[in-house]
Amino acid sequence: MSKYLVNKFLYTIDRDPDLVERYREDPRGTVDWWEAERANQILNSPERSTWLSFTDAERDALGSQDYVALFELGAHNFLLLTLFIALFERDYDEPLAFQREFAARLSHWSVPYPDIST
Amino acid sequence: MATVAAVIASTHHPFYLRASTATGEDRPPFADEWVAKIEAFRETLTRARPDVLVMVGSDHFHQLWLDNMPQFLIGKAPFYDANYYNEEREFGLPRMGLRGDEELSAYLLRGGIDEGFDLAFSNELRVDHSITCPIITLRPQADLPIVPVYTNIFAPPMPQPKRFVELGQALRRLVEAWPSDQRVAIIGTGHLSLELGGPRQFGPHGPDPEFDRKAVEWIASADLKSALAEVSLDSLWQPGNATHGFMDFMLMMGAAGENVPADYTDSLDLFHTMEAYFTWYPEGAGR
Repeated sequence: MSKYLVNKFLYTIDRDPDLVERYREDPRGTVDWWEAERANQILNSPERSTWLSFTDAERDALGSQDYVALFELGAHNFLLLTLFIALFERDYDEPLAFQREFAARLSHWSVPYPDIST
Repeated sequence: MATVAAVIASTHHPFYLRASTATGEDRPPFADEWVAKIEAFRETLTRARPDVLVMVGSDHFHQLWLDNMPQFLIGKAPFYDANYYNEEREFGLPRMGLRGDEELSAYLLRGGIDEGFDLAFSNELRVDHSITCPIITLRPQADLPIVPVYTNIFAPPMPQPKRFVELGQALRRLVEAWPSDQRVAIIGTGHLSLELGGPRQFGPHGPDPEFDRKAVEWIASADLKSALAEVSLDSLWQPGNATHGFMDFMLMMGAAGENVPADYTDSLDLFHTMEAYFTWYPEGAGR
């Protein structure tokens, strides 16, 4: 399990307008490219790490943009919400409709939620 | 010595700017009441005639990230660029720039470290909406130098609530002992009950109105004993999964002084989360 790497994906996509669009249009392709090219890039250094990769469940959840599964895998709630608003809010007519659907799809959860500690 | 001209604690709601400037059909029904409350709150800072603002907030995974996460950090820079692409995208927040007071930053870093807080520092910090929301609400002309103080309310493991209180107490002591004739306002923003990225998000009220009611009472009376007795790192998950932002309110209760009632208290029950506004005048300066 690599909650850190899932968060790193959400974080690095969310902060780049081009990558937000790329992930919206081609989720699986973007996840595969990112895992191969970016997962091991240290953000504050030109050096690379050697050990980071997704589990199959994480790769599938990101590739299918399944925010319920990502919540259940312990992805950071703020990163998850922020990026998914950027991806999908535009497809809804009413203000906050996407955010409310997001909540409804998680309604089978009560506290304690999956642990977001990394 | 410097004067603590005001201690101000507030929620920070990134949608205020958009709601308050919207017109016609886009203007939410609660906007006028919200604007009136914010303008009254703003007057509590104006009245204190501050020269410099110590701004307590929390980075939302913008510049600070899980590969190198400080618990408490003070910015020391002559200037702070502010707001990020994703805040522009989601909230319509503009890019901003704020002057820094490097002398006060250096003084608080040295003094804080010597008091036992191993503070991180940043000489190039782009601040986010936890700092700019209170600038927009309380000092929209953005004309005063700032010292940003960042806390980790976001990424476990976090410091204990008690540590936030102690940092607030230390900031107050240090500002009062600063050899300067400046008038300093200490402003911090946090949250009451709040859910983001979970099943209770964006409801008609905050996720836990009962917590909010108690929290407003604790803050308004700086009742640290009750707050510390009921709040823990574990318990804060219950009122909402983003409620650890309440620890920044606890920091501000420390800065205000235990059991010192706020000189100004207001709140607004909005969709999604409750807004709350508090001002103390330690020197009686703004009364």
